Amino acid sequence: MRLGELAHVRTGDKGDVSQVSVIAFRAEDFAVLRRDVTVARLLAHLANLDVQEATRYELPGLGALSFVLRGALRGGVTRSLSLDAHGKTLGAQLLDLDCGAGRHPDRPDRT
Amino acid sequence: MKSVRIGAGAGFSGDRIEPAVELAERGQLDFLAFECLAERTIALAQAARRRDPDGGFDPLLERRMAAVLPAARANGVRIVTNMGAANPRAAARVVVRTAARLGLHDLRVAAVLGDDVEALIVAGDFPLTDRAGTSRDLGGSIVSANAYLGIAPIVEALQQGADIVITGRVGDPALFLAPLVHAFGWAEDDWTRLARGTLVGHLLECAGQVTGGYFADPGVKDVPDLARLGFPIAEVDEDGDAIITKVAGSGGKVTIATCKEQLLYEVLDPAAYVQPDVVSDFTGVHLRQAGPDRVAIAGAAGKPRPAALKVSIGYQDGFIGEGQISYAGPNAVARGRLALEIVRERLALTGVRVEEIDLSLIGVDSVSRRGVGPEPSEVRARVAGRTRSLDEARQIGREVEALYTNGPAGGGGAWMGAHEVIAVASTLIDRERVRPSVAFES
Repeated sequence: MRLGELAHVRTGDKGDVSQVSVIAFRAEDFAVLRRDVTVARLLAHLANLDVQEATRYELPGLGALSFVLRGALRGGVTRSLSLDAHGKTLGAQLLDLDCGAGRHPDRPDRT
Repeated sequence: MKSVRIGAGAGFSGDRIEPAVELAERGQLDFLAFECLAERTIALAQAARRRDPDGGFDPLLERRMAAVLPAARANGVRIVTNMGAANPRAAARVVVRTAARLGLHDLRVAAVLGDDVEALIVAGDFPLTDRAGTSRDLGGSIVSANAYLGIAPIVEALQQGADIVITGRVGDPALFLAPLVHAFGWAEDDWTRLARGTLVGHLLECAGQVTGGYFADPGVKDVPDLARLGFPIAEVDEDGDAIITKVAGSGGKVTIATCKEQLLYEVLDPAAYVQPDVVSDFTGVHLRQAGPDRVAIAGAAGKPRPAALKVSIGYQDGFIGEGQISYAGPNAVARGRLALEIVRERLALTGVRVEEIDLSLIGVDSVSRRGVGPEPSEVRARVAGRTRSLDEARQIGREVEALYTNGPAGGGGAWMGAHEVIAVASTLIDRERVRPSVAFES
């Protein structure tokens, strides 16, 4: 199952920091997000973005995770050379993360 | 129980104009706030003010005010906005003139001053909070420094009877929190209510992003009528609990999902959302669908305000030059990659000093950086580079354009651009050193 079947995302930025929310559609799926959307798996999925440091905040009351990705935006919106200097497209790239029922724990998400 | 209705008329400088008019006409509002000042916008505005002492405010100020003032005046809606950017006084004079042109002669327009701390920053040596080093390392490249003011001067202006309050840099939620504090008389150390009001401001400050904008994903998360997206209204009670809604019949939707996305948006620590007037904890917030397009929010907690204010320092950081060109049909990706390599080699051969370069194929790896998936039927090669001079920045685009006749087969639609970079660094300043004030224009 892909993450996009369990959760929706929104992405914002502060300087060179990207903030990505992952929010369960149904409260009962929050446990799956907490288990499967780890910092390590997120960084592996976004490996080409060269994120320097990642923190995960858990918000069980909202059924949501919030990821703070430092150094993810090549300098941030004011000086990045990237086409998407805000990194607004970043969170949606997580929606095909393999997740929940049917996920094989040893299989890499993407090569 | 007394309640206040406050709307969001814009979520960024270039936002749509008519949703605010709809709110002023049909929102039954007490207050309408416009958040139009991104982090580096004020640095660009400061540069504009240097060229023209009467300039340096939001370029759409006159257009927005001309559109909204008649209905706002007719319905008694008071306006708060940071469209003053680097020159709130000049902006206030423009609003007075615009109102007079519309036959509205008795509006009281206040400017909030005191966020410009460039002289203090340049004279001192302040540790930067978003990287190593101090403000002194930026040397003569600093073009602006603005402290994020809190609600105090906005509340003062409203208490003196301002119909319209024009600020420069303030904490974005303060544009919404200040009218609530004015209306309800909340104490400056009532951290719980200040946090609840901050949550209202945080949910509203990006306008359409809480009513269904930045949300739609066809077939997964559908949103009706985004071309007529309605901007949000908060109905706030005297304890700071609120309903988020919008004008009936407008486009978009207000649901628990749209509100959750905006609740967490750009919040780095949900247990400590730092603003000038209060540190808010959003981890206990709960949301309830209270009716169609009505979501009740409650549960924000507050902690005492910080001793220091955040300061954004704008500084010159060289130039960026860019060029793009498209390729289509079989082998388009290979021709695009060849184009990128040719430009890289040309810049080296011709001695253009490029400090950093970004080579990508739009449609393949320009935003995702993944470069996997099926071969697309068209790609657009993009080269962006950082230089120390504008002329060298322009040379990057020229080399891309020259691919028309010197590059791979079938290159079309070349485009080029170059601009000076005004970057932003952050520091902190003791709040006692910042002295906000209010000036009325007539």
